[in-house]
Amino acid sequence: MTHLRCRGVRCEVAGRTVVSDVDLDVPPGRMLALVGTNGSGKSTLIRALAGLRVPAAGLVTVDGEDLHAFSARRRARTIAYVGQEEAPPEDLLVGELVALGRVPHRPPWAFGRAERAITLEALEAVGLAHAVDRRCDRLSGGERRRVMLARALAQECGLVLLDEPTNHLDIGHQTRLLETLRGLGRTVVAAMHDLPLAAAYFDRVAVLHRGALRTVDTASTALAPTTVEEVFAVAAARLTDARTGHEHLVLGPGAAPSRTVTKRTTP
Amino acid sequence: MSGSGAARRAPTLPLLLVLFAGLAVSVVLSLALGSEPLRPAGVWETVRARLTGAAGPDPVYDAIVWELRAPRVLMGAVVGAGLALAGAVVQTLVRNPLADPYLLGVSAGAGVGATLVIVVGVFGGLGVWALSAGALTGAVLASLLVFGVSVAQGGLTPLRLVLTGVVLSAAFSSVSSFLVFVGDEPEATQAVLHWLLGSLSGSTWANTGPALVAVVLSAASLMAVHSWLDALAGGPDAAAALGVPVREVRIGLFALTSVLVGVLVAVSGGVGFVGLVVPHLARMAVGARHAAVLPVAALGGALFLVWVDVVARVLVRPQEMPLSVVTGLVGAPVFLVLMGRRQYGFSGGGR
Repeated sequence: MTHLRCRGVRCEVAGRTVVSDVDLDVPPGRMLALVGTNGSGKSTLIRALAGLRVPAAGLVTVDGEDLHAFSARRRARTIAYVGQEEAPPEDLLVGELVALGRVPHRPPWAFGRAERAITLEALEAVGLAHAVDRRCDRLSGGERRRVMLARALAQECGLVLLDEPTNHLDIGHQTRLLETLRGLGRTVVAAMHDLPLAAAYFDRVAVLHRGALRTVDTASTALAPTTVEEVFAVAAARLTDARTGHEHLVLGPGAAPSRTVTKRTTP
Repeated sequence: MSGSGAARRAPTLPLLLVLFAGLAVSVVLSLALGSEPLRPAGVWETVRARLTGAAGPDPVYDAIVWELRAPRVLMGAVVGAGLALAGAVVQTLVRNPLADPYLLGVSAGAGVGATLVIVVGVFGGLGVWALSAGALTGAVLASLLVFGVSVAQGGLTPLRLVLTGVVLSAAFSSVSSFLVFVGDEPEATQAVLHWLLGSLSGSTWANTGPALVAVVLSAASLMAVHSWLDALAGGPDAAAALGVPVREVRIGLFALTSVLVGVLVAVSGGVGFVGLVVPHLARMAVGARHAAVLPVAALGGALFLVWVDVVARVLVRPQEMPLSVVTGLVGAPVFLVLMGRRQYGFSGGGR
């Protein structure tokens, strides 16, 4: 169980500030979704939170300790990260790829013979235990994403950082993957494009807009129709299902906005 | 697993045993083959006597087998193993299936050094060691230059290393060609060409030892980080997320391969194709994990080069062919067949 915080984080890419003044607090076992338009800095921020890039300013702490003082190994035993376009090397077997998650837990020369159980358990969690001896290049796009998540699970870290984990997945696998994440009981931060899914499965939603955090709140507040319309320039409405009483975020033309959406100016 | 995507692979340990046995048999057999055909029985008696510490019963056989051929055969095995190891590592370091041990400019730099020795006569005071010293000096200077330029232009990233290595290799080759051209001595030209294409004819017990030490130390160091190499094959972000100190490991791998290849080139010249093809064959046989690829590639490379040298000695005797002539003729078709197989995808190379 891991507590992730950051204070005043500013990230630069090639000398240009992408996001700045980011304050986040993700208590142990909670799930935070990062949403925002393409190029809003979600990936850059996630990499900074994962300790893979040093922020230009500010501090990232894990359980109160400065993340950038961690050694690479200790960091990898604390934080599991899966990148946006990360795909498994084609010539590895699925089981071998997932077993890479055990690399930070053993010296680099050890062979890791006792890792089969953890590997299978991680694959079981993403519904791919049957594919353990299959070659990675024989997987579908969705299976690849799930295998990458299994590697992160095999790392057995208290904090899991995922950049668009539901990319390439059909809606069934999207919900099952997010349910798996919920069931972990670990601290999770994920960049998400699908707002209704972010609203349904995450405790809190952080909206990145124009290089800064627009808001961090529960989904119903952070993804209020006015915010969604302003940030994403798309019609939005919250509808309450009369039978269940659940609130749903509805997007696009069918959302029938109460007012015309102003065209989003480029940031 | 019997699913359609299940992999067909050779079990690593039995394969290693088979390769080792094959290598041992090949080493003994190849002692009997060469420009002077020898009776296998006489060769075997000499080897047996020498292994128990005595000289061989027949002085002619003893001289040919133990003083001329034995160091040469062992050197073939050592160089083959070293080149295959270096090739496997450079392919992982730059994440490129076309990478070979000479990609990083080491051999072209060594070529300049060797050409200076042959044509201009530098290091003349070192006698028989002059060529090796020149090649090693050239290799080290070239590596430092490639390293410096890569770091100055943005770091040891795969693309940066490949571009810098290729460009500087071309420049070093031009320098060698220029030296040969202005030297204007047919004999020197012949000697340079022979050296650039690789030869084991300079092998003695005295230079086999250092090469063996370099290859054994390199193999041990690489096996000590085999799981980091696996992680690095997935790209720098994936490796860093798995706890690999990416920058330090890249610098270490660069330094290690530069020294290893520098030593190999110093004793054998530029033997092509071994470091390109053998690692791919090893990956096809046992999969991509470095714990399996490295030893299989090393033994496979050793076995391959021992036989390449036999062909080079026997085919046009009493002359001998440069090794790259043989490795190229064998290696090119093998590589084409390998590339044509859809079964095989190299990390990142397929896309």
